[in-house]
Amino acid sequence: MNTGYQIVVCGGIVPDPLQTLEPVPTPTGPALKNELVLPATLDPWACHALYEAAHLARQHPGSKVVLVSISPKQRLQQVMMTIAQKVPFDLVALDGAASGFTDPAETAAALAEAINGLPGLNREKLLVFGGWESASRGAGVTLQYLAERLAISDVFMGVDELRVQADGSLEVLERIEGGRQQASRCSGPPVVVGWATGKLPEPRNNPQIGMQNMRAIIPVLQRAKQVKIGAEGVSFASVALPKQLRQTRIVRDATPEAIAREIVEWIKG
Amino acid sequence: MESILFLGTCEEDGSLGKPARETLGVASQLAAQLRAPFAVGLIGTSVQEAANQAADSGATRFLGVCGPDFSQPRYATDSAAAEALCRAANATIILAPGTSRLMRCLPGVAHRLNGRADTHVTAFVANEGTITAQRWYYRQRMEARFTRSHRPWFVLIDPGAAPVWSGISRQVEVENIDVVLPDSARKTEVTGFREPEAGLNTIRPDADLLFVVGAGWTKKQPDGKVHAAEAEQLILEFLTRTRCSLGSSKSLVDLGSEGQPVLSFLSHLNQIGQTGSTPRHPKGLATCCHGEEPHTIGWRFISERRAINLDPQCGWARGKADVLYVADAFAVLKRINELLSET
Repeated sequence: MNTGYQIVVCGGIVPDPLQTLEPVPTPTGPALKNELVLPATLDPWACHALYEAAHLARQHPGSKVVLVSISPKQRLQQVMMTIAQKVPFDLVALDGAASGFTDPAETAAALAEAINGLPGLNREKLLVFGGWESASRGAGVTLQYLAERLAISDVFMGVDELRVQADGSLEVLERIEGGRQQASRCSGPPVVVGWATGKLPEPRNNPQIGMQNMRAIIPVLQRAKQVKIGAEGVSFASVALPKQLRQTRIVRDATPEAIAREIVEWIKG
Repeated sequence: MESILFLGTCEEDGSLGKPARETLGVASQLAAQLRAPFAVGLIGTSVQEAANQAADSGATRFLGVCGPDFSQPRYATDSAAAEALCRAANATIILAPGTSRLMRCLPGVAHRLNGRADTHVTAFVANEGTITAQRWYYRQRMEARFTRSHRPWFVLIDPGAAPVWSGISRQVEVENIDVVLPDSARKTEVTGFREPEAGLNTIRPDADLLFVVGAGWTKKQPDGKVHAAEAEQLILEFLTRTRCSLGSSKSLVDLGSEGQPVLSFLSHLNQIGQTGSTPRHPKGLATCCHGEEPHTIGWRFISERRAINLDPQCGWARGKADVLYVADAFAVLKRINELLSET
């Protein structure tokens, strides 16, 4: 009996976190300076979602992981060179903007269309994964819009753990306020899961998996359908970098005693 | 003309929590500025006490969805309740606190009502009839002000971004809105709440100080050995004495998954930065952490920043901290604990 899941992971690309980002105005709204040449990575929380999906798929034979990504296809191809070496998955690529200044409602509409178009989609086995927020817009709303479009009424956000129970129900731990977690039990798919950091380490690169994935990924990227993702109805009055630099006082050659006293005074002050 | 709805959930004791009162203040001020109709909508087991608390806010209608089904923070029931309240209030702008419960359900409700949702909003004001929202993009790297023509507009205000509203509590009449739930809405059941795995309540959002530990605590010390056990003892003693909030860099949390020596009480929940949280505390002290950008963007809302690191060229020295102590954190923290124990 096939107990496998159809796990669809949604994730876009974001600028490498080590890059300096600078907003610039464009005729279509704000953008990042040199955005098209900035080194990119798969969104960190979406990455965790992908690793969790692959882990779950390994535990449940017959499962399949599909990554659906809306990103400029040339940059997505570069990112795939790394991500494809981590875990096995199929890619569905949509060639569109991955900017943080786009509207999540438009992103969700395009994602829903892509997911509904997946061959053999079985809602009884469908798990829709993604990052609970992105490192670009950081809004945490796309997955809920997507859930509504897919008519899925069980949504979990800030998820650290998902365990399949013996009866097929899903036990989910979500982050809530005060460093606590909310535990829920859902009778089964379909569900939408917005992952936080999860519990798994980053998988090691596996060139064999990479070659296997890339054989299918390259043609998919070549065929990637263009989608228009904008921010209709939104008008940006300003986008600015905060004043980041502080006048750092560097204390060298002070004894631990002197430093400790200064810190204690500061803490109590 | 705009019409404002404040949407909140009740605490276990039936009252309005701090984030809800902060957002109620924003909604009340906005309604006054726009001279717009203003309603309060509440979800919970019982909503009367919370409605009474909001009596003085300027709201002219108090709506509630209550009952045992609405005590659980659960997408299906919360979104059904919020949808019913929004339809009853017929508001164009819905303001809600950015709590985990409402962040989970309100974007879905926005979709049902053909609206739009903006979260993590830090300011929401009207100026000469134009309503502007302010929020951060790219993980607190840039801040934008924007307007939206789309209505209804759901706006979730970040906790801590506005002053706490308070007013005189008095009895108000609550219009109870009936919500009939399909069986599918009970597919998920909340089974409980858990502390972080370590069992230590070391994440304290209300603490004055954020104490961050970096990977350096588990590296080899001048004697060529790792002193993870000593580090744990020093850090836990400091936490006990200061009741501070404990944060960590990603690299330290990740070491555990890679089988290297770690501090046993840390989990991903302590992680600050690009893939962690961005807490709000008046002061922050970083130890044995290099202060690189992916981590320090999580410090955006820490007002006073100090760091202890052996490397005078570390990220903190490059304008990210107010003070960098170039010193051995083991020695300094040991002495700090001694000084704290004397007082």
